[in-house]
Amino acid sequence: MKLGHALALAKKDWRRIFREPAFLFILVLFPVILTIAFGTSFGAMGGSQITQFKIGVVMLSGNSSASNQFSHDLIASEAFAVSYYANNRTAQSALSQGQLQALVILPSGLDQSVQSYRAHPNDPGEWTNTTVFIYLDKGSALTAQAIPNMLVQVLDQGVLGAKSAPEATPLSLSVPSEVEVQGNSVFQSFAPGLFAFASIYMIMIVAQSYTTDRETGVLGRIMAAPTTGADIVMGSVLSYLALALLQALLVFACVYALGYHPAAGTAGLAVGFLIITVFALCNIGFGLITAAVSKSAGAATGISFVFLMPQLFLGTFVGSALSPTAQEAGRFLPAYYVTDALTSLWTRGAAATSPAVLTDLGGVVVSSVVILTVGVLIFRRMATG
Amino acid sequence: MQREVRQGVAAVSIEGLTKEYGTLRAVDGLTLAIPSAEVFGLLGPNGSGKTTTINCLTGLLKPTKGTVKVLGIDARSDGLEARKIMGVSPQETAVLPYLTGEENVRLFGELYSVPKKSLRARADYVLEKVGLLDDAKQRVTKYSGGMKRRVSIAMALVTDPEVILLDEPTVGMDPQARRAVWDFIVELRDEGKTIMLTTHYMEEAEELCDEVGIMDHGKLIELGSPNDLKTRYQARDMEEVFISLTGRRIREGE
Repeated sequence: MKLGHALALAKKDWRRIFREPAFLFILVLFPVILTIAFGTSFGAMGGSQITQFKIGVVMLSGNSSASNQFSHDLIASEAFAVSYYANNRTAQSALSQGQLQALVILPSGLDQSVQSYRAHPNDPGEWTNTTVFIYLDKGSALTAQAIPNMLVQVLDQGVLGAKSAPEATPLSLSVPSEVEVQGNSVFQSFAPGLFAFASIYMIMIVAQSYTTDRETGVLGRIMAAPTTGADIVMGSVLSYLALALLQALLVFACVYALGYHPAAGTAGLAVGFLIITVFALCNIGFGLITAAVSKSAGAATGISFVFLMPQLFLGTFVGSALSPTAQEAGRFLPAYYVTDALTSLWTRGAAATSPAVLTDLGGVVVSSVVILTVGVLIFRRMATG
Repeated sequence: MQREVRQGVAAVSIEGLTKEYGTLRAVDGLTLAIPSAEVFGLLGPNGSGKTTTINCLTGLLKPTKGTVKVLGIDARSDGLEARKIMGVSPQETAVLPYLTGEENVRLFGELYSVPKKSLRARADYVLEKVGLLDDAKQRVTKYSGGMKRRVSIAMALVTDPEVILLDEPTVGMDPQARRAVWDFIVELRDEGKTIMLTTHYMEEAEELCDEVGIMDHGKLIELGSPNDLKTRYQARDMEEVFISLTGRRIREGE
């Protein structure tokens, strides 16, 4: 492979994207318009409000009566779907991976504290004070606002047996993790999906580009030059990787302006952009497969939807409004891992090295490389006589 | 009909070339040698195997049988090296409409690794030769059919190749443009380049070609200089030769 050849072909593709109105619209303007449309449509608290919170419980107090009472009352409230964890570490991991919206740590002295209150409800001097720790999903305004109050209610009226909200109790709630409430909305759950959504249309454009070049003889002419298949594919890879980065920056600017402020540091942002960019390889691969089986550019447009639609519906809005079956099906699609990774990194504030993010990154890299390789092999067979 | 291949002399040598598509034999045992510094015309009705032969030379098609060499380099086993010394203007215009004429030419200069320092001058030279220098900054989408054909030729010649393959190079050109291209082809031949072209214009073959080969049904059915062929078939022009060899039946496209 010659880098000079690949760069010349990448420059050609880049010019095409910005000079052909259809390409420019689908790859550059459409993501911006789509993001603005979503942002303005779902910017306020909307129709997909959460009805049951996913909450994790760690009982440092063991199976004490107060802990069991708390657990029973949580379930009875029907406001919570409760999961139990053996220790703080596994529970924190589940929270950072988005499996939970809140985590409650019941201290070892809970029983003693509850008993002291029940014995002397009006004599704080006799109480044994203890602290219940609550960790909240950093990115969810609804969680941050609602859960602490609901838990106080369960503790006061259930565990302590107070008939009305007492002015003071031996139990204090602590929220060690900083909760950022910045007027977030349902849009925050959609925002990560918009990055994959914008990139997916690359499938159609790559397919159209190759089929048009084949129909007009341009592809044959390039292949009759002293170029290799690797030069041609690398040209596409370079141009569309750059485009993917541009798309991601544009969408990022839009979602940021519309109020989605990622809860991530430099590393989290960098890994997020890396994942989006790598995802372009997958779309190039699907585009090549589409071009290989399409007899014309028009047919390529239609066939590209075979790869485009499932990713669009099952991979871009993970966990938002999909049924459990649909969410499971999404796991077979690369877009799912992109959205999931961005949700973990940017919405939940998970570390760039967290297992959930690394798993998603691995999923995107492996699937993209496999799909691109298959695309190259199939297209090469179809393009040569 | 065969022609003896003299080792080391032929710029293009084809031996026993056969290309099959399923049951269809598009080229059937073609053997041909084209000396250096010659304009060779490959003539034939639609579907006779001309373009398939050229595509085998450029490596776009893998021959079913036979060998194809360009300046002694096997185009099949050493395709990359063979392609470096060839300039190709295919039957389809095969230009990129969203690029300017100059960008099209320079793109192919870059694909043939023409040094950046000399590329601009070379691109300007070939664009001037095909009469497009004044329109070189316009996008090809605004070009007429004849202008697209001329930029296609410029793309083939930007690398200053030793062997030039032109598949129907003057289709759609007005007489002035056609004459300019003919002059350029003759100039290239005089510089020592070897040009193999296909054409349906018999006057073009007569005007330009030192030698022509006539193909039909994938086989080479006649070979010789236009004057020799006219004498041999007692014809006034090449069209009469062509019709007497291939008949009057209208053929389907290749």
